[in-house]
Amino acid sequence: MVDNLNAVAVWWFALSQTVLFVLIAPLFTSWVRRIKCYLQNRQPPVLLQPYRDLRRLFAKKVIFAHNASVVFRSAPYIVCGTTVMAAAVIPFLVVEIPIAAMADAIVLVGMFALGRFFLALAGLDVGTSFGGMGSSREMTIAALAEPAMLMVVFTLAMLASSTNLSTIVTYILNQELVIRPSLLFALLALVLVGIAETGRFPVDNPATHLELTMIHEAMILEYTGRQLALMELAAQLKFTIYAVLIVNLFFPWGISQSFAPGALLLAAFALAAKLAVLGAFLAISETAMAKMRLFMVPTFLAVAFTLALLGMLSFIMLESL
Amino acid sequence: MNTYADLPLLQQTIQTLAALVLVSSFALLAQSRVIATIQVFAWQGLLLAVITSLIAWETGLTHLYISAAMTLALKAFFVPWLLIRQARKLGILREFDAVIRPGITLMAAGSLVIFCYNVVLPIQRFTQSITRDAIAISLALVMIGMLMLITRRKAITQVVAFMSLENGLFFAAISATHGMPMVVELGVAFDVLIAAVIFGIFFFHIRDSIESLDVDQLSRLAETDE
Repeated sequence: MVDNLNAVAVWWFALSQTVLFVLIAPLFTSWVRRIKCYLQNRQPPVLLQPYRDLRRLFAKKVIFAHNASVVFRSAPYIVCGTTVMAAAVIPFLVVEIPIAAMADAIVLVGMFALGRFFLALAGLDVGTSFGGMGSSREMTIAALAEPAMLMVVFTLAMLASSTNLSTIVTYILNQELVIRPSLLFALLALVLVGIAETGRFPVDNPATHLELTMIHEAMILEYTGRQLALMELAAQLKFTIYAVLIVNLFFPWGISQSFAPGALLLAAFALAAKLAVLGAFLAISETAMAKMRLFMVPTFLAVAFTLALLGMLSFIMLESL
Repeated sequence: MNTYADLPLLQQTIQTLAALVLVSSFALLAQSRVIATIQVFAWQGLLLAVITSLIAWETGLTHLYISAAMTLALKAFFVPWLLIRQARKLGILREFDAVIRPGITLMAAGSLVIFCYNVVLPIQRFTQSITRDAIAISLALVMIGMLMLITRRKAITQVVAFMSLENGLFFAAISATHGMPMVVELGVAFDVLIAAVIFGIFFFHIRDSIESLDVDQLSRLAETDE
């Protein structure tokens, strides 16, 4: 009976952890934006501005294009839903989450792929030229970024002998001080893939509607109101998911291994500090870099794939004695 | 001592640096700017010098320190400096050397690494050296150097490719047998030095005869320009 109760409590905890994850996503985006503003000598908006934007969008009336089909109407729910599911899979504050036993790192990549598929369909659905262009670009990038992402996942899976994210984090958390080339390269590759997948500098500029360069914005150009809010939230959440993945997989120190309140509080503080530092690094690199030409993106992703491949190879060649 | 985590930190550092040398080789392959290629080559030389001195520290073989010092002086400073000076004189320092499809070249290099690993696997079992895992990497450096030789057009980047190939041979000697006899090593270092100087003279000769450093033009046989 007590075990049963415990299991229910653990599930409730996992659920509330996911809700917290979704809630901090706009805050993290806002934090990166704020640092960028400081670096570029601009006056930043208040830290809660993305929440205000979302509330405003949710209150607005939804208008559809005349020829919008059911795919277009349902896409925001599917895209946002898959992203929330992806967030649920990741160890956030606690290592051992029950859902990790059901959905591993490959499911995580699959969730992203499903969401992206519907996002691209929605871009094509209305038949505007911008939407089609954005979808085509998004799929080009995805086709190159996904293998690199999977290589990173495989490298970590070989290291921890499991694709379960909780097991991988536990393994990295409990190993002694060790310098692994495979982890170094996997980290670099994951950072590059994350930049390409979440449409940040230098691949895509999330702050502009310039037709020559936009990728993500081009696909959601036709959305209004509630639906646009869901799309925006999904994009912010995906950005935060990659940040949490990088932080928790490669620098998991501080994450809680139990459900004790003290440990949870410590985990929350550690995660906040790590995300703040990562966000600052990202903002600095985005300020220092110029956006690359679209035709350079395949080379950028080839570098990411090569790094991921080298991570795997150096694990096989150097680390498996 | 059966897993990687049980190795001493110094050996882990050597392994990580060996992996970084491999990365620098990939970076050489993907670089298209002449000056950036030479700079990456200098970094590779620096990494090799650091690895050599770390191996010397670990094994206590003092003659490896001399090798490390020579590598540092020649590969990390003198040869890059000479190449940059020549490139500046030729006016091609900031030019691009077209890399034939960087994506495919990188993939080819990746498969070469896998090939080298499989070739070296039987050899690894018979050496007791602490760096036996790096033999595959040194062979891969040689192979990638050859790949770079055939994917480049400009004579100067081909020379960089040749030098990085030589880096691979040096690394192979270091990792398999802790270095060649001192006489051989001195001879090789001297050869590399002379080669760099002679290549430099040849750059000017090639440029004078075909007014470009693009060696593809050398495949055309013609007495005069029509």
